[in-house]
Amino acid sequence: MSNENSVKNVLFGPVFDRNPIALQILGICSALAVTTKLQTSFTMCGAVIFVLAFSNASVSLIRHHIPSSIRIIVQMTIIASLVIIADQFLKAYMYDVSKELSVFVGLIITNCIVMGRAEAYAMKNNVTMSFIDGIGNGLGYSLILIIVAAFREFFGSGSLMGHSMMTLSTDGGWYVANGLMLLPPSAFFLIGLFIWALRSWKTDQVEAE
Amino acid sequence: MSSPSSSTLKTLVVATLLCIVCATLVSSISVSLKEAQLINKKLDKQRNILLCAGELTAEEVKDKENVKKAFAKIQPQIVDLQYGYVVDMANLQSDTTQQVLKDNLQNLETQLKAADEDTKKKLQQDIDALNTYIDQMKGIKAYMKVDEEGNLLSGTYNQVKASKDKALSIDVQDNKGSSIKTRAKFALVYLVENDDKKVSKIILPVRSYGLWSTMLGFLALDVDTTTIKGFAYYEHGETPGLGGEVDNKNWKGQWPGKKAFDSEWNPAIHVIKGKVDPKGKDAEYKIDGLSGATITSDGVSTSLEYWLSQSGFGLFLENIREKGFQ
Repeated sequence: MSNENSVKNVLFGPVFDRNPIALQILGICSALAVTTKLQTSFTMCGAVIFVLAFSNASVSLIRHHIPSSIRIIVQMTIIASLVIIADQFLKAYMYDVSKELSVFVGLIITNCIVMGRAEAYAMKNNVTMSFIDGIGNGLGYSLILIIVAAFREFFGSGSLMGHSMMTLSTDGGWYVANGLMLLPPSAFFLIGLFIWALRSWKTDQVEAE
Repeated sequence: MSSPSSSTLKTLVVATLLCIVCATLVSSISVSLKEAQLINKKLDKQRNILLCAGELTAEEVKDKENVKKAFAKIQPQIVDLQYGYVVDMANLQSDTTQQVLKDNLQNLETQLKAADEDTKKKLQQDIDALNTYIDQMKGIKAYMKVDEEGNLLSGTYNQVKASKDKALSIDVQDNKGSSIKTRAKFALVYLVENDDKKVSKIILPVRSYGLWSTMLGFLALDVDTTTIKGFAYYEHGETPGLGGEVDNKNWKGQWPGKKAFDSEWNPAIHVIKGKVDPKGKDAEYKIDGLSGATITSDGVSTSLEYWLSQSGFGLFLENIREKGFQ
């Protein structure tokens, strides 16, 4: 971490050092909902990265013209428009996945990471850096989502990306699926364990008591 | 702050411009992608129908061409649930039918003028019934699309939407938690034809509430109207791994071969708690329960009980048994 604003730091910092889910505990609602399968998680990550990057860039582009009295609603309008666009594209080109994601694509609007980055970073930095910051935070979010989804799909359905890895007892195999893994609480446990592991590795993330 | 970016005028200008830009962007993208989305939706429904009827396997439906070819053998038909007959939409729209209906109405009205008190009441009822019928036929068009030549496309009839239209729906007299509140008077069924152009399967739409969502599915029956050929939901929002197991291929695999009606022609098929003993009594009417999903299982049972009863497709199926397909 030589320079606060170096491209590398802005892009990869949010992955481990300032992970929006693990450090700031933002955006975990969707992390619980869409992580039962890897494929849906990948799509969700793509949508969030798209929205984050472009909302950051757009907010940054007009940051000198946004009146401070209505800045939150301006950010919301931009984010909401981008989310609708992402949702429409998914419905047109990835219908099956969008059917499984259902309302959760729309709920990216309320994902605190998107709004948080617009307010905390894009309002103060230039367009390029804001765009990169959006991608970086999107990657940080994606990392957790994909790890959680991989665990949940593997232990809950005995498969990865829809390919069967362990034959389930319901199909005459040996593996008895862990039903808890398919329910939202399991994502809580997994995210908790991930945060624990991350903070044991990077001890400066531990909050002072 | 007294910087220029906070003046009231600027606030209004920025807000207006932003709204215009965002609205243009969103609406133009939505309009330009609409076509692709509708095709997807249609294809998805066709896939589900073919899967449910057992016409194609899960692998085969992945290919669009297969779906197109197989679906050519499937006829969408509108059924009047009150009388249990298929409504010939194309014929109904024709000028001759419209004229006949008009003539009948006029005829009845002339009779009414000349009639005495006793027959008057009877005639008035006939006229009301005919008027309602003509109105319904006009109303149903609003829930269908037309092709380039102006012919109604039965397959595009939206019965879920129509069930919310007062003129085209009736209340469901059933106080179970999982039953729907209203149903359309007309239903869209699919008739699968074999290579000799004979109907080989009947596909009925079913609808009920599960735990979280309205579950929309199809029940495929043999022409004997009781042997089940397949059952599947194409739209639901139940918990993955619990109620969502209605999509499990093993669970769906139990349906073919089961009987929908008992020997007295009362709806008999239902989801039980636990596993079905294949040698036990009435095993042909029973389906394994979904563990951890009592309410979803109840929803499945209620749905079949209602849609197979006389208030649902009962009359239609009875007519098929007695008179065959006209």
